[in-house]
Amino acid sequence: MLKLNMKKTTRQSLVTYAIVIIAFVVFQLLSSFGALSNLIEGQLVNLCLYAILAVSLNLVVGISGELSLGHAGFMCIGAFTSAFFSKICTDTIGNDFLRFLIAMVIGTFFAALVGFLIAIPVLRLRGDYLAIVTLAFGQIIMTLINSMYVGIDKNGLHISFSSESALHLEPGTSPIINGSQGITGTPSIDSDYRFFVSILFLLLTLAVSYHFINSRTGRAVMSIRDNRIAAESVGLNVTKYKILTFTIASAFAGLAGAIFSHNIPTLVATTKNFGYDKSIMILVFVVLGGIGSVRGSMIAAALLTLLPELLRSLTFLPDGIRTFVSENRMLIYAVILIVVMIFSNSPRFVEIRARLKAFFRRGTKKEAV
Amino acid sequence: MKMNLKRMIALILCVVICGALFSSCGAADSDSTTIRIGGIGPLTGSNAQYGNAVKNAAELAVKEINEAGGINGVKLSFNMQDDESDTEKAVNAYNALKDWGMQISLGCVTTDPCKAIVPSTAEDNIFLLTPSASSEDILKDNDNCFQVCFTDPNQGTASAQYIAEHKLAQKIAVIYDNSNSYSTGIFNNFAKEAEAQGLEIVASEAFTADKKTDFSVQVSKAKSSGADLLFLPIYYTEASLILKECDAQGYTPTVFGCDGLDGLLSVENFDTSLAEGVILLTPFAADATDEATQKFVKAYKDAYDGETPNQFAADAYDAIYAIKAALEQSGRTVGTTAADSTGENDADLINGSTSASDICEAMKTGITKIQFDGVTGEGMTWDKNGAVSKEPKAMKIVDGAYTAM
Repeated sequence: MLKLNMKKTTRQSLVTYAIVIIAFVVFQLLSSFGALSNLIEGQLVNLCLYAILAVSLNLVVGISGELSLGHAGFMCIGAFTSAFFSKICTDTIGNDFLRFLIAMVIGTFFAALVGFLIAIPVLRLRGDYLAIVTLAFGQIIMTLINSMYVGIDKNGLHISFSSESALHLEPGTSPIINGSQGITGTPSIDSDYRFFVSILFLLLTLAVSYHFINSRTGRAVMSIRDNRIAAESVGLNVTKYKILTFTIASAFAGLAGAIFSHNIPTLVATTKNFGYDKSIMILVFVVLGGIGSVRGSMIAAALLTLLPELLRSLTFLPDGIRTFVSENRMLIYAVILIVVMIFSNSPRFVEIRARLKAFFRRGTKKEAV
Repeated sequence: MKMNLKRMIALILCVVICGALFSSCGAADSDSTTIRIGGIGPLTGSNAQYGNAVKNAAELAVKEINEAGGINGVKLSFNMQDDESDTEKAVNAYNALKDWGMQISLGCVTTDPCKAIVPSTAEDNIFLLTPSASSEDILKDNDNCFQVCFTDPNQGTASAQYIAEHKLAQKIAVIYDNSNSYSTGIFNNFAKEAEAQGLEIVASEAFTADKKTDFSVQVSKAKSSGADLLFLPIYYTEASLILKECDAQGYTPTVFGCDGLDGLLSVENFDTSLAEGVILLTPFAADATDEATQKFVKAYKDAYDGETPNQFAADAYDAIYAIKAALEQSGRTVGTTAADSTGENDADLINGSTSASDICEAMKTGITKIQFDGVTGEGMTWDKNGAVSKEPKAMKIVDGAYTAM
């Protein structure tokens, strides 16, 4: 009975949390029984961080209706600022957990700060122009970090944009950010706890997203998306709401970046990691999951991250087919993407989905009676 | 009907995904008759050339070994996974190979992905012998990683030694790319060793990746410094421009480079006569006339539609044979059953059922004991640290072809 009294939005968010928690419990159980392949175990943290990225981009693309192609740029800022912090505080903060948490906060904060600064000029643009500027921003961040050399010795901080030797570090000290070779050996928490912590961060992201969307502010943002002029006419401050949404989204992208940088041994600002490819990939998650749907973005991110890796090792298939699938996995992945896109938007499929929904609804009603 | 079809598809997809999730159970077919070697490299994307060369050559070597009866009857099997030259994908590929039951790793083809998996291999204690990831960082803080190629700084030292030993020149000018770790790595060590060898570096001119089209300033400085040898620790595209500029200024020093110059003769619109007399320190040239190289090049061409193997292929080919040699010298016997055939698997045996960590321990001693003749060098030896020591081979471009010196 409790269920019926609940608001629809509350129920929705609770279902999403339940999915995350159940997924966590299932994976943990499997992992403790040793039933999970190494490949999947290595993917668990990535699943969470891509889900965080997709859910946060969904705020910009789905809720405020702006097309941003620079999401990976914010991830990059979060990754590098947090890894930088962890590196310089390796000795001063002995507690791994404490250092990790502060690094996460720092990554989130700096990404939010940059997001805020970028949003002020950029959100005056609309549509295609916004997409192009955010795209350029992502590339600029990456190029900047790629040409940056930063080191610390007893004389203080050295920064150079030309070469490692131009830093003039004391002999025996190696730079922290070494240009295009990035940051190596970021200290992190024990890998056994990373999945758990990432799940907590994912839950946090979901909670903030749901609260934001269902709040007065969220409704204001959506009304701007649906009709800007009408929204302005009732006195909504368009710029303020847009900047707010953009900043929150960048903050979570920064958080995802921070998790990312603490989960890999070498952090390099390559196009693969933080470039255009990555931004588009996150956008694909959002679009496939259904623009505006928090749960959809999350599930799409998780499935699409797992899929190409799963195709690597379908061990139950006969050898010949397995090799074929493994070698052509990027092709198969693309075909699956196209098929899913077509299916999820075809009128027939939509009809079937509606029927299924009706079917389940009837079922629950009967139960309720 | 329609609904049924959809349900079927949904069901099949569910089964496939579930199956893949649990694929680790019983996936690693611990068949004692084959030792499983895993390789990782870019098979797709912009560096795909490198990865495919390694894959082809390693498969060729494995096939040859197996056809010759394996190692005491134990066959090798090789599985190459794609990493798109991406660090994140490399870790995934490594995990996938572990699920497959990899016992020995060929590491990654390119440096950054290799750096990404090195900590995991050290933790899992899996022996790693990379054909071509040349950074020094790969050998740091571990004892399970080894390289077939020279480390970047090593090339610099070897170049200076070679120049001094063969008395190629006394006054040297260097033009290098200071935005690139390969180039600066070589240059820094070259400068150190040159001093030790009594060579004089009269000019060292740098350029960056953003300004690599006009070399008139650098070349004229080198010319006015009176250097009789020009050292170019850079890639072949820029080298071709420098050679053109030298020609335009009428400057004719001996030109000396490292493996980055491999490929100079195939630069488009480049007058190869300008490259005449260029000496490069590269471990491998397909035109070399020694027997081992010719045999390898012929086998490779026969197997892969007449494609000429490059340096990466040669490194990988050597890596597989070095693994074989190290296994044989590991102090433990490779074989499926014990010699006295008590029926039980002797604990001392190495075969497909031996754990990767056990093999790693054996290989660590094995590889330091061998002296290995391959296509990228003769009498190759490895120290505990993982770096290879081999006689660098110098090639000279004569009549538009690489010729061994």
